[in-house]
Amino acid sequence: MKQKKSFGEIIFEIINTIILSMVGIACVAPMVHVLFGSVSDPVALTHHSGIIYKPLGFSMTGYQLIFQNANFARSYMNTIFYVVSATSLNVLLASIGGYALSRKKLMWKNHIMFFILLTILFNGGLVPFYMVVKKLGLIDSRLAMIIPNAVSAFHLIIMRSAMSEVPDSMEESAKMDGAGYLTILYKIYIPLTKNTIAVIVLFSAVAHWNSWFHASIFLKDRKLFPLQLILREILIQDETSYIMQGVGDFRMSDVYAQVIKYCTVIVSSLPLLCVYPFVQKYFEKGVMLGSIKG
Amino acid sequence: MKLTDIKKDFKENKVIYLMLSPIIAYFIIFSYVPMSGLLMAFQDYSPAGGIFASKWVGFKHFIDFFNNIYFSRLIRNTFLLSFYDMLFGFPAPIIFALLLNEVRNKYFKKTIQTISYMPFFISMVVIAGIIVDFTGSNGVISQIVSLFGGEKKNWLSKPEYFRAIFVSSNIWQNMGFNSIIYLAAIAGVDQELYQAASLDGAGRWKQMWHITLPGISSTIITLLILRTGSLLSVGSEKILLLYSPLTYKTADIISTFVYRKGLQEFKYDFSTAVGLFNSVISLSLIVFSNKMSRKFSETSLF
Repeated sequence: MKQKKSFGEIIFEIINTIILSMVGIACVAPMVHVLFGSVSDPVALTHHSGIIYKPLGFSMTGYQLIFQNANFARSYMNTIFYVVSATSLNVLLASIGGYALSRKKLMWKNHIMFFILLTILFNGGLVPFYMVVKKLGLIDSRLAMIIPNAVSAFHLIIMRSAMSEVPDSMEESAKMDGAGYLTILYKIYIPLTKNTIAVIVLFSAVAHWNSWFHASIFLKDRKLFPLQLILREILIQDETSYIMQGVGDFRMSDVYAQVIKYCTVIVSSLPLLCVYPFVQKYFEKGVMLGSIKG
Repeated sequence: MKLTDIKKDFKENKVIYLMLSPIIAYFIIFSYVPMSGLLMAFQDYSPAGGIFASKWVGFKHFIDFFNNIYFSRLIRNTFLLSFYDMLFGFPAPIIFALLLNEVRNKYFKKTIQTISYMPFFISMVVIAGIIVDFTGSNGVISQIVSLFGGEKKNWLSKPEYFRAIFVSSNIWQNMGFNSIIYLAAIAGVDQELYQAASLDGAGRWKQMWHITLPGISSTIITLLILRTGSLLSVGSEKILLLYSPLTYKTADIISTFVYRKGLQEFKYDFSTAVGLFNSVISLSLIVFSNKMSRKFSETSLF
């Protein structure tokens, strides 16, 4: 049913396109500003005013400085370690927990679910949580970034509902063939729920990559700091001295401060920004799963 | 259930219970033990003695909090920050989804949609860092304002701008991602309605207003009610990065106060009491709004 567009409709489409283009520009403008600023000439950058829409000269000094910097490199490695280990643990526990909870004949099933769901609605708050972590001796340890976030009630709920959709007949016939629960989980349930697992992997990895608050209260030793804490020092507390160690001439510090800030933003955000467009359907799926059973 | 049945069940399904045990242990240690720590709120807590040896003081810390000179400021700031965030932040993704739905060129639509998700993936620290950079006395905003004859200033150190900065950056960060759920709801609207409407001569604007919007109204109402439930549970992470004593007047909220009293001034008992007060009110709001949601739209969280 092809119709000729009316005049009003054409105006409507033009205005709509303009508004949405502006929204799109507004979404990327700050990051484009930072990206172009990061490759700009440091001196030109300090004299520039307004949004940067093209690089001002070209210089990779900022990137050289942060890549040479041992503090920055170490925090990057720390973040990768925390993200990989915490995400793996999240997925492992969500899968086995979700599987166990999806068993129809599980004893006290409703009580256990209530026990888990209650923790979403109510918790002990910041200080009691901190004190438990402290009592466990996790303060200033890498485990503080992994164990206190090992399980998420939200992950358990979505894994459980994904796994309860797998037909029982598959499990029964596997049992006939003598397969144990672990084999059934590994050979049947995990392959059949791999989309949901992908959702958990991605949401969990993004959350761990970007998290800073737990690190800021649990870690005091700079050697253990994740990237986000180093970024907080540089960007918010305006503390660039650690990163300036590579700058021989201290009078240049002020000149380099701005370009270094922009470079750290790009280096820390780029991995996620490059990957998300290719896996965005999983994030969309995740939002829908969350809206059904939040 | 008889004891022998339980024993039999454990024996047959011990792998399943083994699988559950780390989960149960996690929630006991990291959720239920902290809940028992809430007893501190009713004690003069001494770290040396712990919960068992500390003196019970009843509601003393709560009364101290109600009489605190900052009490009304904290309540007002928490409520207002959240309220403005909802007032402007709630409609934004709906309007965005409605406009996006009217785009006929699917590549343009997909591109804008993907771009709009981008801010969601940027860390809170980086977003706060960009805000600090842009709102500085020589930052982009000052430079633009001075072009129009305005005064250059450090916007983030002025209490009167804090809420605007907080709310607008939240919209920037979340609008695209929050529109996902509305776009999905729009996709579920009956397509025949549009054909019938265009035969009746309804233009695109009218179709949007009379078909699309009513079609997603139940989603909107559900989300609005649930959002109302979290009016007093503002997250503190972004505020902790952006506020300073200069802006406490509008930026200090209950959860940032709990953080400062508890983890910076080590008033464990008082801080726990304030936190408990906030949780109890939040929980009652959530339970209430959830009841409303179930009543009006037959959907609820629990």
